[in-house]
Amino acid sequence: MYASNFVEGVDFSLYFILAISVFFLVGITAVMIYFLFRYRKKRNPVATNIEGSWTLEIIWTVVPTILVLMMFWYGWVGYRPMLTAPDDAMEIQAVGQMWKWTFNYDNGKSSDTLVIPIDKPIKLNLVSKDVLHSLYIPAFRLKQDVVPGKDFSMWFIGQKLGRYDILCAEYCGQLHSYMLSSVTVVENDEFDKWLAEEQDNSNEHPGLTLMKKNACFSCHTTDGSRLVGPSFKGVVGRSETIIVDDKEETITVDADFIKHKLQNPLSSNVKGFQSGLMPKLPLSDQEISHIIDYVSTIK
Amino acid sequence: MTVDTLPYTTFFKAKKGIMSWLFTLDHKRVALLYLYSIMTFFLVGASLGILMRLELFHPGKDIVEPHTYNQIFTLHGVIMIFLFIIPSIPAVFGNFFLPLLLGTDDVAFPKLNLFSFWLYVIGALFALGTLVLGDGPADTGWTFYAPYSVRTGTNVTMSVVAAFVLGFSSILTGLNFIVTIHRLRTPGMGFNQMPLFAWSLYATSWIQLLATPVIGITLLMIVAERVFGVGLFDPSIGGDPVLYQHMFWIYSHPAVYIMALPAMGIVSEIIPTFAQRTIFGYKAIAYSSMAIAFIGYFVWGHHMFTSGMSGPAAYIFSILTFLVAIPTSIKVFNWLATLYKGSINIETPLLFALAFIFNFLIGGLTGLVNGALAADIHLHDTYFVVGHFHYVMFGGTGFAFFGALHYWFPKIWGKMYNKKVANTAFATLLIGFNILYFPMIILGIMGMPRRYYDYLPEFTFWNQISTVGSWITVSSLIVLIVNLFVAANKGKKAPDNPWDGITLEWQTKSPPPLENFDKMPKIPEGGPYNYPNAKSSS
Repeated sequence: MYASNFVEGVDFSLYFILAISVFFLVGITAVMIYFLFRYRKKRNPVATNIEGSWTLEIIWTVVPTILVLMMFWYGWVGYRPMLTAPDDAMEIQAVGQMWKWTFNYDNGKSSDTLVIPIDKPIKLNLVSKDVLHSLYIPAFRLKQDVVPGKDFSMWFIGQKLGRYDILCAEYCGQLHSYMLSSVTVVENDEFDKWLAEEQDNSNEHPGLTLMKKNACFSCHTTDGSRLVGPSFKGVVGRSETIIVDDKEETITVDADFIKHKLQNPLSSNVKGFQSGLMPKLPLSDQEISHIIDYVSTIK
Repeated sequence: MTVDTLPYTTFFKAKKGIMSWLFTLDHKRVALLYLYSIMTFFLVGASLGILMRLELFHPGKDIVEPHTYNQIFTLHGVIMIFLFIIPSIPAVFGNFFLPLLLGTDDVAFPKLNLFSFWLYVIGALFALGTLVLGDGPADTGWTFYAPYSVRTGTNVTMSVVAAFVLGFSSILTGLNFIVTIHRLRTPGMGFNQMPLFAWSLYATSWIQLLATPVIGITLLMIVAERVFGVGLFDPSIGGDPVLYQHMFWIYSHPAVYIMALPAMGIVSEIIPTFAQRTIFGYKAIAYSSMAIAFIGYFVWGHHMFTSGMSGPAAYIFSILTFLVAIPTSIKVFNWLATLYKGSINIETPLLFALAFIFNFLIGGLTGLVNGALAADIHLHDTYFVVGHFHYVMFGGTGFAFFGALHYWFPKIWGKMYNKKVANTAFATLLIGFNILYFPMIILGIMGMPRRYYDYLPEFTFWNQISTVGSWITVSSLIVLIVNLFVAANKGKKAPDNPWDGITLEWQTKSPPPLENFDKMPKIPEGGPYNYPNAKSSS
């Protein structure tokens, strides 16, 4: 059994072409080497001018034409079913942002990894919060670009129990190669149980919940180490050199600064870090104050 | 072969001083200015490639941070595409040999030719300027895909301006060649008596002239968006990122044929000379160049099968992509048939030409896989694609470039290189090249995406093989270049026609005099490759 319903079509199209390719590569190379020895100057001191042959030209135009049309056809046959998801597919929203995948289920459950029931068509509605990404599941032979401002989707059926890698295939900046997740295919009852599990955020600081949701920790650590942006450790009260309109100034980070920075992310940039990457997040004033509250506790 | 012993002044010695080079109107000197600049950038680009392979030796960090790695592969791409491979064969060998092959004394517009070179230099300065100005070189990939290219703080604007200026250099070279081919053929040489390298340059020049302006306007739109905030490609200010991809590939796919067609022209010159017989299927090869150039305009969508393309669009782009394979395969079969009943001299240039066929077959056949919709959904944006286009660009065009260099070296410098060293460098380069890039094809099928700083542990083995291949490749390149460098200075004198060629460039002295020909060259009777010593077939 194949891992997804598309593996067979994709692999057939791939290996059909590869087989023909190997045949021609080996054949042409062998003939080339044979001619090189058979007609080398020592063995064949006088060449023959052969201007061409329309018969041969027609043969080696028609044969490749038939072959490439077959290649096209198997490519199309394997691809066509990817275009339309069945009506009864279970819809899940897949959100890509620098550099994190989030999967939102209809019942409000949200997860960093995808969990799906076996043998059920799944439709992923793809949303990008910032730049291009591409949701790629090599084991399923499937990928689809996630483009901001476009409602793209992809669908598939997981046919084999197990856990498979999800990668980002469209370059999306500094930590592109770390934008990893996974899809786990489970039995139906196990899936229902997993889906019904309450996400227990009640003990969690609401600021932390918001920051996880907005992928703050993709770029900012809490242990003082350097990632894409400055660490949150001890950030409140810290003095930083920032660059505003190409001019350096030194400021002390406080609640007002964080609020201003969240609302106008590109207004300034901490010296020594790449500019232009901090996204504008749709946060209410109250959410911002939760975040500031939480950040103040990271010491 | 008679070596003319009468003294004459070569184009090297016709004028003296650095200014006589920098402001030369001689197509041969312009060609050499390009050669030295292009080789310099090739070595810079190759060094960046070596750094990437070192970083990828182990998963995790080896030598640089992710941000630096992203800048390295972007600069590698920009340098190799815009500063090496697009100008490589046309600007160096086209400039030097097109007038010689046509039996004339220069290109149609010598001043425009010099201007193209200076645009190339200015473009190159912009590209290198990103190293020291602004927030460092772009980290977008050479494709500058929006909206990331609109948002990143790195110096995208300057990189894009570099590509813009280099585009004009390319347009003007194309224009110059088209007019040269139409107007300056020696009396008696019709289109169908032109050498095939001239045909391939003709096809290429039309692409340069017609497709390059599209990338020009696209890149200006990126600048407008970054500098003035005009919403064109970034959806957060009202733009459409997929529009960018269309505009980018409307140029950049035909540009692939700007890179490949001249290489095919080189192979069509080398094979008959070393087989000492006429080319098989002259018209088929000549017209297939035009067919490739024409169909090549309509296949750009195959770069975007995963970008949310509708079924009918995908269908049409896929089928058109497969159609390009047909004229390409016609060329391969005709080259092969040209070896049949030849009287073959196995020399370095021929080895490069035959290695071109082998590598280009792998590049072309893996291209078919990418043209197939189902397979492409899996392999798009993986190392399969990286392997595929390096086979076409380096294994194809790169090998043809070095083949041309060894073929015409005695004509340009009047000296002969050490053939044993050249053959050794060729053999190790071919082996190293395949060890470097074949693993990428395997990694792609395994599912490793491209532009990855770090990778999953299961990809380690093939990445390490590939890195080892990069060491063999670069060592061979060094031997190859040093051998030629030594020969240019201290090599033995070469006869005017060391390979017994019959195209017109072999009728003049080596190195050629300033005006190319002392006396009117004679067009071979019965076609440009109709070797008088060979038996006729009937």
